[in-house]
Amino acid sequence: MAEMLEVSGLTKRFGGLVAVNNVSFSVREKEILSVIGPNGAGKSTLFKLIASFLRPTTGEVRLKGERISGLAPHIAARKGVVRTFQETTIFKNMSVRDNVVIAHHLRSKASLFGFFLGTGAAKADEAAFGASADEILALLGLSSLAGEIARNLPHGHLRALGIAIGLATDPSILLLDEPFAGMNHDETMRMVEMVRRLRELGLTILLVEHDMPAVMKISDRLVVLNFGQKIAEGTPSEIQANEKVIEAYLGSEDEAIGL
Amino acid sequence: MTFNRNIKIAAGVAFLAIVFIAVPAAISASGRFDLYYTLTSVALLSIASAGVWLTFYIGRINIGQGAYALTGGYVSAILVVNHGWSFWLTLPVAGLFCAAASVLIGLPILRLRGVYFAMVTLVLTEVARLLALALPITNGAKGIVSIPLPGALSVFGITLIPDFATLQNSRLAFYLLAATLMVVCFAVMYRLVNSRIGKLCQSLQQNEELASSIGVNIAYLRVIAYAVSSFFGGVSGAIFAAISQSIYPSSFTVTDSVNFMLNCFLGGLGYVFGPMLGTLVLYFGWDLLFQTGQFQLLIYSGLMIVLMLVLPNGLLSLAEMTRKKD
Repeated sequence: MAEMLEVSGLTKRFGGLVAVNNVSFSVREKEILSVIGPNGAGKSTLFKLIASFLRPTTGEVRLKGERISGLAPHIAARKGVVRTFQETTIFKNMSVRDNVVIAHHLRSKASLFGFFLGTGAAKADEAAFGASADEILALLGLSSLAGEIARNLPHGHLRALGIAIGLATDPSILLLDEPFAGMNHDETMRMVEMVRRLRELGLTILLVEHDMPAVMKISDRLVVLNFGQKIAEGTPSEIQANEKVIEAYLGSEDEAIGL
Repeated sequence: MTFNRNIKIAAGVAFLAIVFIAVPAAISASGRFDLYYTLTSVALLSIASAGVWLTFYIGRINIGQGAYALTGGYVSAILVVNHGWSFWLTLPVAGLFCAAASVLIGLPILRLRGVYFAMVTLVLTEVARLLALALPITNGAKGIVSIPLPGALSVFGITLIPDFATLQNSRLAFYLLAATLMVVCFAVMYRLVNSRIGKLCQSLQQNEELASSIGVNIAYLRVIAYAVSSFFGGVSGAIFAAISQSIYPSSFTVTDSVNFMLNCFLGGLGYVFGPMLGTLVLYFGWDLLFQTGQFQLLIYSGLMIVLMLVLPNGLLSLAEMTRKKD
């Protein structure tokens, strides 16, 4: 399988603190790879580095062989690395459908001025984005809420909307930031199904997550961080048997790592 | 859909008829020719306020429009008086000069948000005033006076606009000029807001991080919106200088900048036509309270506070409320 995303020797220092220390791994095409680790392990920093929201101190991130680290976030998004945020990050005063329509911006062929004048290209874009947005909403089970103002959505649907926004940008790899955080069992199961469906659509998915049982269920492979360093990499069963991982989680209940 | 569209077209036509036919007719019937000056001011101030509104629309509190209005006024005055340019040519030049200046100023300061951006823009107005006092070209505190009235505008030998100095009623001419520009300005704003650009601006206002993660070039869009905003400020300042035939460092001060912002608040930040209504109400409201003498400011500010409490989304939200009840 071809490699979609390559992280090599990635290090991020904040003053004297090394948040991410020489981390390397790669994500294969159409794979679901999860990054896990205890609190403060550097997961969020790593996530931001990959999405180009932070510049690495050393090391680099490559997408399909092309270096993307150090680019502005909107350029990285254009190249195909798109992140979702935790639930509250949506355009909360727009309708659900408008949220998804606007997220098609990247695909737009018309210029800003073209949109102002309402040129043929702009109108074609609008129509195509609307149709695609409706498709995405249907896929994520949000069709009935299309006209609702986003801030009125319940928890689980907000998360789905965040993913819908990510999907609309037509990414090569979708980065999911704690997609299961704060969800009850049923909601988590629904979200697991949703992420699997995304992979069936041909997406590559990298997720950062706390919820171990869900992660073990969903991931093809896992990368485990502790104190900014990669301590293990492998399939869910390999990770569950890994001494170092158990040690890192020592003190937490066994079920926390899905045993 | 078409029903809605028809209503909008009818409202637009009615508005144009009021501005260009009913108002001049009413004024000449009543003989209150001073109202031309008042309404011209409202039209021009609402253009500057529309600019401020656009920066609100990308999520920035702008208390610096006075700086651009002042700059626009000086650019036009200097070009007309010192270089003999036609006023009509200086009008777009003043706007473009302000837009260019705002790109340079905006690139660093638009990274700021909330009250920080507001404070810097507040300072801008003061900086503009001090610059006008200090620079040799602006003639210091004496300002630039006896600016000639706008001359004729001819294209290919056809006179589109006659020389204002030869007109019997230059007040009507200025009113028509200001009203036309106001209509054009708000038509542009309406189109901006109802096209994709409006949605992109909203995306900035609501969440810049998310906007950039879906591929919106937020820095670029912010600067564009700010430049358009300053363009409006410059154009309105240039016409003000032409009407009063003078410009001083104190022609636009912090008070004006604050008023531009208040106009937007009063009309409604969520509505394109908010700044126009806000300017009209605020300008006339202030004049009406003149009779109350020393209590003018007290009553005025009291009313503003009450309005912000009762109608936080502006006067135009009243229309939406009644529509929802139906």
